[in-house]
Amino acid sequence: MSAQSWNDQRIEVIIGALLRTGVMLAATVVLFGAVVYLARHGSEVPNYTVFHGEPENLKSASSIVHGALGMSGRAIIQLGLLLLIATPVARVLFSAIAFAIERDYMYVFITLVVLAILLYSLFGASG
Amino acid sequence: MNVLEFSAMIGLGSLLAGFLGALTGLGGGVVVVPMLALLFHVDIRYAIGASLVSVIATSSGAAAAYVREGYSNIRIGMFLETATTAGALAGAAIALYVVSSNVIAIVFGVVLLYSAYLSSHHRVEHGAHLPSSKLAARLRLSGSYPGPDGKLSYNVTGVPAGYGLMFVAGVLSGLLGIGSGAVKVLAMDQAMKIPFKVSTTTSNFMIGVTAAASAGLYLHRGYIAPGLAMPVMLGVLAGSLIGARVLVKARVKVLRYLFAAVIVVLGFEMVYKGMTGRI
Repeated sequence: MSAQSWNDQRIEVIIGALLRTGVMLAATVVLFGAVVYLARHGSEVPNYTVFHGEPENLKSASSIVHGALGMSGRAIIQLGLLLLIATPVARVLFSAIAFAIERDYMYVFITLVVLAILLYSLFGASG
Repeated sequence: MNVLEFSAMIGLGSLLAGFLGALTGLGGGVVVVPMLALLFHVDIRYAIGASLVSVIATSSGAAAAYVREGYSNIRIGMFLETATTAGALAGAAIALYVVSSNVIAIVFGVVLLYSAYLSSHHRVEHGAHLPSSKLAARLRLSGSYPGPDGKLSYNVTGVPAGYGLMFVAGVLSGLLGIGSGAVKVLAMDQAMKIPFKVSTTTSNFMIGVTAAASAGLYLHRGYIAPGLAMPVMLGVLAGSLIGARVLVKARVKVLRYLFAAVIVVLGFEMVYKGMTGRI
């Protein structure tokens, strides 16, 4: 087996563990937020038929964290969803490092392009 | 119906969607949006936001199992992700700034019908010993995977066509909040001649990254509603995990036809509702 394919295999195992951990962590946080949210708002009437946009404090990373620390159920759920969205981003970041260790600079570049698009979507494209 | 009942019903529906999606290999995402829009009368963009989140969850959950087996090809995946993520941004921008809910519904319906058609169609495995194209060789896309008697190696061709199809898959993912696994596998099977086991697992691997690219945009625009996304995400994730466990023992063929029939009905309904402006 060549050194490259052995390394690829090992990278994939680590990536697999990273993804599983990220998803489970996110699901746990969402579940916790769900309990808080349903305990407080369970008897209200839901309305998603007409779009009204989520309030500002549920749209950006910093205000979501702030709200979650204040034990707002919806903000805790949103924090879990943010963790979930961050999981594939972490995977891409890890791949870039792994390709750099393999000295595969063409793939470091390709991976950084993907990372740039993801970061633009998460942080750049607000409003 | 209060929030508690609403969450419970959507959670159950999503559980079923995730379960059937995993069992049939079609993914739960394709039925989540029609379910929310048609059954629960949720605004389609809210439905797409919630669906995107569940797509990330199932993709990452399933990929963790696949990568251990050594079928997926991280180079092919990463290279094609430059196309799918760019497409996903474009698709999300179109959904959020350009087209109306009715147009989204019609496109969604057509994609559903196409997915059902694909799933009833037998895929043809290509000869494993094609030579690599020049571009594929330069990108070092060929690889190998574990077969019954040792490693099977494969080459890759048709890179520009595959790349183009991947961009389309990304646009559909961002526009509709689905994984577009069907188009991704098509690009890798038909255009690039990659073996099934590799194309299926690599596609699954890519879906999460693609969905994350558009999810950011939906979040900023306020289309990811925690109260709605919560039961969808938890339901689909639990359903798909159970589905993956049952997969080995179940007789999938009958279920597959049944699920395809459900998708056809939903597809026609989405097109009809979109055309009559009732979505």
